[in-house]
Amino acid sequence: MVDVVRGAAGLVPPAEVEEVELYHPKSWLTKYVFCQDAKVIAIQYSLTAISIGLVALVLSWLMRLQLAFPGYFAFIQADNYYQFITMHGMIMVIYLLTALFLGGFGNYLIPLMVGARDMVFPYVNMLSYWIYLLAVLVLVTSFFVPGGPTGAGWTLYPPQAILSGTPGRDWGIIVMLISLILFIIGFTMGGLNYVVTVLQGRTRGMTLMRLPLTVWGIFTATVMALLAFPALFVGAVMMLFDRLLGTSFFMPNLVELGQHLQYNGGSPILWQHLFWFFGHPEVYIVALPAFGIVSDLISTHARKNIFGYRMMVWAIVGIGALSFVVWAHHMYVSGMNPYFGFFFATTTLIIAVPTALKVYNWVLTLWRGNIHLTVPMLFALAFIVTFVNGGLTGLFLGNVVVDVPLSGTMFVVAHFHMVMGVAPILVIFGAIYHWYPKITGRMLDDTLGKLHFWVTFLGAYAIFFPMHYLGLQGVPRRYYELGQTAFVPPSAATLNVFITVAALIVGAAQMVFLYNLIRSLTHGKEAGGNPWNATTLEWQTLHTPPTHGNFGRELPVVYRWPYDYSVPGADRDFVPQNQPTITRSV
Amino acid sequence: MSIIVLFLAVIAAIIGWWLSQQRLAAKPWLEEGTLSHFPGTGALTLPPAQIGLGVFLAVVGSLFALLISAYSVRMGLVDGKPLPAPKILWVNTGVLVLSSAALQWAHIAAKRGEMGVVRAGLFAGAAFALAFLVGQFLAWRELSADGYYLAANSASSFFYLITGFHGLHLAGGIVALGRTTGRAWSGNRTADVRLGVGLCTFYWHFLLVLWLVLFAVLTRGAEDFLAICRSLAA
Repeated sequence: MVDVVRGAAGLVPPAEVEEVELYHPKSWLTKYVFCQDAKVIAIQYSLTAISIGLVALVLSWLMRLQLAFPGYFAFIQADNYYQFITMHGMIMVIYLLTALFLGGFGNYLIPLMVGARDMVFPYVNMLSYWIYLLAVLVLVTSFFVPGGPTGAGWTLYPPQAILSGTPGRDWGIIVMLISLILFIIGFTMGGLNYVVTVLQGRTRGMTLMRLPLTVWGIFTATVMALLAFPALFVGAVMMLFDRLLGTSFFMPNLVELGQHLQYNGGSPILWQHLFWFFGHPEVYIVALPAFGIVSDLISTHARKNIFGYRMMVWAIVGIGALSFVVWAHHMYVSGMNPYFGFFFATTTLIIAVPTALKVYNWVLTLWRGNIHLTVPMLFALAFIVTFVNGGLTGLFLGNVVVDVPLSGTMFVVAHFHMVMGVAPILVIFGAIYHWYPKITGRMLDDTLGKLHFWVTFLGAYAIFFPMHYLGLQGVPRRYYELGQTAFVPPSAATLNVFITVAALIVGAAQMVFLYNLIRSLTHGKEAGGNPWNATTLEWQTLHTPPTHGNFGRELPVVYRWPYDYSVPGADRDFVPQNQPTITRSV
Repeated sequence: MSIIVLFLAVIAAIIGWWLSQQRLAAKPWLEEGTLSHFPGTGALTLPPAQIGLGVFLAVVGSLFALLISAYSVRMGLVDGKPLPAPKILWVNTGVLVLSSAALQWAHIAAKRGEMGVVRAGLFAGAAFALAFLVGQFLAWRELSADGYYLAANSASSFFYLITGFHGLHLAGGIVALGRTTGRAWSGNRTADVRLGVGLCTFYWHFLLVLWLVLFAVLTRGAEDFLAICRSLAA
């Protein structure tokens, strides 16, 4: 494809990297189902992730019902409760958050934001989605195998994960491990695309320092995920060997019912190392895209350039690097060498520095901004507050002496739900409200959106704030039923009922959101090409929703960074990235 | 776990070097461009497939670094002792070197435009690679006949696991190589297969080096190195 276009001022220099030949779908099937267009793949990823996320939502309701009314529901036995916990955690962390941020937003936004026609390897990208779907379907089958899904907890700690007595020991754990292995293979295919597209697919003028922070966040998170997921892959294969082929990678000598098991001399701690070597970067794999997206939302809806763009980029890269040397802070209670714990506590606290820097920059972006309290902005602001809340309790738990007594309590549940559950999901909602007009051409309903926001935001606090208190009272996590203790006051049960009621209401509010998503498809207000007056390239496409190939005949040329809002002297309060400076005679 | 941390330090150094070339200290808010004036993107001039392969090899490297880490942690426990290496592994190593050399030969020929040599090189490379896989299988047979079957002890479990992973990666490579060979047979222009041959060759060299590392680690050769790593971690 010849890439030289004649503009008003003459010859536009050719791109450094040639444009790729586009694959053109020939039938309905290849256009909407087996499609290689990143935008369609993004929607497929998102719908699959949201669907499986609804399963996780229902599971959390069931858990909460059990905690509030122990023994009241005959169908929630101890085994079921553990299965619900395990599946809820696994689905939310991996199959929802990771898939939605990277597979969903990554696929939709990377090519559009960097000014590319598509991902660089569209076929592999398509394969990535279908393997992800297969992983999800395999995961779902675990509800229907004999014995049900595994109840080993989302961390699947051996030896109990594959010993009899743990629910789902016969089939559930095998299905879970296979599903994880498939997920990682599928993700690696997608991840290669996201990375190489950012490296090679950028349009003319799009230097790295002109990338929107969303792309920086997704890009860094993908690099991290590519390097961290192999740890889970290796661990899952080894555990599968232990379970099916009788090896003893993780299984120590064990006596069960007076009988020596065949296992011999394996190390359960090895699994913990492998798991958390993946698990901790995973927190930031979810958080970094959220950081990036929130930066763009705040800048756009406060009509102000992002404060400290360079610092934001450096912080993203720094957090990405640091997150690989903090994993053992999840293992303070595993009996490790105290010096080891000291090292990891130090790195954990250091990572708070770039993170805090980002929070300051968001707040300073808002300072004297022209803040529009649109629904995406509300979610973005809620994210900042929630992330600070969750981050502060992280400082507590990062210290060994504080973590050891708290690690088995609800305090930890409250902490990680705030910081990597509620906070990223608020960003996902904000991002959906923000980009839905581009994806569908219509606005989401504002009133329903505000209702959804306030119930979700206040409700999430009603759920998780009291949990901190329960944790400090010593209420243990992972317990199916509390029973009588010497130290937990009876009022804890009342608080549990309150939390459960809040959880049911918040869950119901998500139905409002789904209704809004579906209804606005046909009844929403026409959005036009750039309803938020945003600067980034995806809002400058010829068509909304963008057609195959994204930008029509010519790729845009980028002349500026993505945060030119409220520029003094400009005729509008935003200048799109592809608008050159008008040279004025001085 | 110090081996994976070391590996990631290398990757971080590469990323850091690359980022240092990208004007990360630029002040983008001051750099507006007038029409048809814009900076270069700093993208590499390599074909995307080559970069894709490079990123993929980083992932594969991470996978094997983790396997070696796990092996090293396990061998550091009281009963850890490596396997007696079957002699056939030396033969296999030689075969894999030949396979890599044959592909290098094809790669050079593709640059020079000698299609006949390309075909011969690809064919020989694939044949030697298959021979390597058969040899690895024979090594497994030999080990299990000596009582070192999969679940016999931790060293043999790791041996089967790690060589299995390596073999699967080579098998995947053979599929890709088969497609390139097919194209070399149906077409006459070396320009059409140059990229494919280059990618296969690079992948083969990577797997060869990886095998040499694994061979050293899984037999007694790398004990001292692993001991140093363990002492770093302790």
